[in-house]
Amino acid sequence: MTYFADVAALTRKDLKVELRARDTLPAMLLFVLSTLVVFRFALPQGAGDDAAYGLLWVAIVFTALLGLGRAWVPEQEHGVLDGLVLAPCDRSAIWFGKTLATLAFLVAAQVVALPAFVLFFAPLDATALAGVVLADVGICAVGSLMAAMAAAGRARELLLPLLMLPLAIPLVVGGVGAAVSPEGERYLLFLALYDGVFAVLSWASFEYVITE
Amino acid sequence: MIRARGIEKRYGRRRVLAGIDLDVPLAGFVLVTGSNGSGKTTLLRIVAGLAAPTRGTLEVDVDRARMGFLAHEPLVYRELTALENLDLFGRLYRVPERRERIGMLLERFGLWEARGERVSTYSRGMVQRLALCRTLLHDPDLLVLDEPYSALDEQGAELLDRELDELVGRRTLVVSTHDPRRLERLATGRLALA
Amino acid sequence: MGLAIFLALLVAPEDLDQGVSQRIFYIHVPVALTAYFCFGLGAWKALVLLWRGEERYDLESYVAIHQGTIFGVLTLVTGSIWAKASWGHWWLWSEDQLVLFLVLFLFYCAYFMLRFSLEEGPRRARSSAVYALFGVVLIPISFLAIRLAEGLIHPTVFTREGPQMSGSMFATFCVSWAAVTLLAYVLYRVELAGKRLDTDLRELREALQ
Repeated sequence: MTYFADVAALTRKDLKVELRARDTLPAMLLFVLSTLVVFRFALPQGAGDDAAYGLLWVAIVFTALLGLGRAWVPEQEHGVLDGLVLAPCDRSAIWFGKTLATLAFLVAAQVVALPAFVLFFAPLDATALAGVVLADVGICAVGSLMAAMAAAGRARELLLPLLMLPLAIPLVVGGVGAAVSPEGERYLLFLALYDGVFAVLSWASFEYVITE
Repeated sequence: MIRARGIEKRYGRRRVLAGIDLDVPLAGFVLVTGSNGSGKTTLLRIVAGLAAPTRGTLEVDVDRARMGFLAHEPLVYRELTALENLDLFGRLYRVPERRERIGMLLERFGLWEARGERVSTYSRGMVQRLALCRTLLHDPDLLVLDEPYSALDEQGAELLDRELDELVGRRTLVVSTHDPRRLERLATGRLALA
Repeated sequence: MGLAIFLALLVAPEDLDQGVSQRIFYIHVPVALTAYFCFGLGAWKALVLLWRGEERYDLESYVAIHQGTIFGVLTLVTGSIWAKASWGHWWLWSEDQLVLFLVLFLFYCAYFMLRFSLEEGPRRARSSAVYALFGVVLIPISFLAIRLAEGLIHPTVFTREGPQMSGSMFATFCVSWAAVTLLAYVLYRVELAGKRLDTDLRELREALQ
């Protein structure tokens, strides 16, 4: 199916560009580690594990925002986005490719951050990790769209967090719940619902956001 | 090929184009002239489908797959090589015999030796030549070129001259320029923007 | 309009066995419902905009969302007063409706920031429309999230004080709801007309240049 071939080509392109430019992923890694350390000092003595999970999610969301803020930068240099829009492929494939690539970067940052979290703070079980993965999908799916919207305007670095944070609240609830609650599965189900609904919405509306 | 009536384009309060009519016959070559800021780029972007006119009608007989647009910007990825850039666009445009076509174009535009280098290492002239390769990659029926000579070096300009000579009469062309002398002899029609 | 609201406030005192909290209820709930309706209307107009591509729907969607936000703020204010009157606190995280409106308020403020940072034109219209659609989908999802979060933050069993609506109370409620809806409708049309006038004036000025 040419649609998925297009998506694959676009995702590969994003991975290649980042591998060469090497500016976003190292920044995300450093950011998430620094944030965790800051949180260590921000937490008062004797604060429970639960508080730590909450802070983990704050760190994840803001690291994701960092990555998303830079997601469309390669397309803005030399105006390449126009080149992609002109191509006969489905515009949603552009969103799809970008989402997958951003997801890869976020997961890569977490591969370092999560063990660090377990080391500094508290353990993470399978449900918690599943929550992280599901929420990652949601953040990247919606975030790619929002980042594209913000990129067209002024003050884009400021606008993206403003657009994303209200949308990220349900994800934080889901993620923390998966980590903390004895009924973690319920939260996983909720995250899956969020992902399903918002990913489809993002996929369908991307076309309208980048064309006139 | 192209029929535009009463094209008007406004960005917020600024009016960039007003009451433009354009007719481009099949295999025609229309030269769009005007000083800087006269709206040439905007008009070409509208024709290419990247912008929608605020008012007016536009009919273009080809879809995106059969149209090639050379923009003001090169529309290539800085961090990828010429080969990788053309390979990506070749896939997106479903170019048959992609590798051969890419090789042929790179050679024709003198980029074969540099094909494995990242675009960020290229001179402005080389980047523009790569942009031309990208525009011609899928052998489009309609070519919309926005000031193609502006960023070209001497060698590139000669290559483009040769290319245009071959394309005239076989493909439809809409080219904007602020120096019409070079292309006047080839043009079948002209549109001057204020 | 003002008369209807005045009436609603007056009729309520007639049922003297209720306190201030109940009176606020007559305004708070209709205002909240109207806010939901406005957001829904804004999303609907947004959908039509994306479907039909006619830019006039952009203004209609924007005005609807603007009204929705105003009523959203009113919901927060009246809700806060209700909370203070009923339970002695100006804010309660356990009050679902209130928290939901807080999240929505943040979301729709971002909507206005989005419009502010984009240049007028089809781009802005479409991006706003897409964001408006996200907003309306966020309403139920946020509500679910808040409910789930309650389990984390406040594992208290909280019975919602649902007033048993006797005849006159119900009538008062309906009058109030009708009044608020009418108010919203009038405000919507007034703002829409005003904005349309602005655009027409501007176009006229341009044409004369």
